[in-house]
Amino acid sequence: MPLAEAVAQHVRDGQSLALEGFTHLIPFAAGHEIIRQGRRGLHLIRMTPDLIYDQMIGMGCAQRLTFSWGGNPGVGSLHRLRDAVERGWPRPLAITERTHAEMAVAYQAGASGLPCGLTRHFGDTDLDRAHESGRKDPHGDKGDREAAPLTCPFSGERLLAVPALNPDVTILHAQQVDRAGNVLIRGILGAAREAALAARCVLVTVEEQVERLDAPPNAAVLPHALLAAVSIVPGGAHPSYAAGCYERDNRFYLEWDAISRERGAFEGWMREHVLAVTDHSELLRRLGVAA
Amino acid sequence: MTGDYTADEMMTVTAARQLRNGSVCFVGIGLPSAACNLARRTHAPDLVLIYESGTVGARPSVLPLSIGDGELAETAICVVPLPEVFAHYLQRGRVDVGFLSAAQVDRHGNLNSTVIGSYSRPTVRLPGSGGAPDIATYAREVLLIMKQSTRSFVPRLDFLTSTGYLAGHGERARHGFPGSGPRAVITDFGILRPHRATEELELAAVYPGVAPEAARAACGWPLTVAADLEVLPTPEPADLRVLRELHAGTEEAHARPVRIRLPHFDRS
Repeated sequence: MPLAEAVAQHVRDGQSLALEGFTHLIPFAAGHEIIRQGRRGLHLIRMTPDLIYDQMIGMGCAQRLTFSWGGNPGVGSLHRLRDAVERGWPRPLAITERTHAEMAVAYQAGASGLPCGLTRHFGDTDLDRAHESGRKDPHGDKGDREAAPLTCPFSGERLLAVPALNPDVTILHAQQVDRAGNVLIRGILGAAREAALAARCVLVTVEEQVERLDAPPNAAVLPHALLAAVSIVPGGAHPSYAAGCYERDNRFYLEWDAISRERGAFEGWMREHVLAVTDHSELLRRLGVAA
Repeated sequence: MTGDYTADEMMTVTAARQLRNGSVCFVGIGLPSAACNLARRTHAPDLVLIYESGTVGARPSVLPLSIGDGELAETAICVVPLPEVFAHYLQRGRVDVGFLSAAQVDRHGNLNSTVIGSYSRPTVRLPGSGGAPDIATYAREVLLIMKQSTRSFVPRLDFLTSTGYLAGHGERARHGFPGSGPRAVITDFGILRPHRATEELELAAVYPGVAPEAARAACGWPLTVAADLEVLPTPEPADLRVLRELHAGTEEAHARPVRIRLPHFDRS
């Protein structure tokens, strides 16, 4: 199914949305399509918002963000995320913060049909205290309840219950889909599989379609029955990467710092590279990375 | 020029020397990653580097820009899903050393990487916790690497993201934290270590030619100088050569243009 059609059919204003992929296989093409289609009021969920959520937040798609690390890896700040949190531009952004381990158990719980995931708990950090104050947050909505300490009924040890994450829609990028619609992910997985299995609806973009997946039995394969739509989008993870297909565009990640620092320059770049293009391949040509 | 070295190089070489061969190290990006890879290429070839992307035993030939660069996955012993690296490796107690940095540290090694100013209306919104609180909790011991200034070495954190020794005097241990806390803070002046009883960070070592007074002036709390203050050795020429090769290769790799082959039908 063409990506524009998949997004039009399955992504609605106000939904909770997880575009996962840890540094690797970040579904940029899908995020850009959501921006082009003008979705609003989204609750964005990602361990590392990365450039894709910086762009979606800066373009006004998001109302809430659940995350664990919001920087440009190895470079510095996500300036659009900062502008939204510090100055409410282009609109205020409510945030729920967790640690990486907490995000991981929250996705696992969601994928397992459990109401919460568990980590150990030894003492409050200010993150735990920020959770406390978050309970009174007027934006508080589903999927956004706060973590709470509890006692293990067997050992008496202190634990932290982290509410499950069940995104309305999870979107992933992967290397291959076969004729039957099964999807193969190679390389760094992050929490992509858990985020997919936790979701009510899963969309996937892939680099290519093949006759048969050349995958060992324990490979990371998403069976076709789990997926609402698969779209073939070569280069769909750029400037992130797809192992075996192309490398991470570290140069672009470095350049994004200057592109995104000022509102005007950011909007200009987004107009030219996202709003004014019809699809991802046109963007790759404009950036000069298409061969 | 081998006699000359920058403050960054001195810091990285000193940090690398804190790592023992054969230990399992959970690595943050930036200076920690540079130090760990220098150690692996010099005195600690069997250091097992784990990055939070799930790459276990990574042996990168250039330094990664992100914790999930392809170079890490391609050179790793194995790549495990992220929930597994945090639960089965870190939480289970299989990590010897956690190597971290932060925006602020206080006198008891507690860290802030969340906000400057208030949480609800921050002056500066920092990237946030990531895996740092988890690493600071579970790694058997923690190494910190941070440039010293009165803005970053503060009497009071704006936000407690990751736990060090809390208020000191054994408070961390009383809370039952599995890991023992920060063993050393490597700075651009030398090394701070926790006092045995108070767990307050003290100036334990300085680089050659660094006056303790200069280190005290760049610290936001009255920094105690250890009675047996050590003077650290200068970097070996071999260390500097390996580190410079690593950085040169990294710069070249990060500037390399990416090419993506698009099928022809795509344009029609």
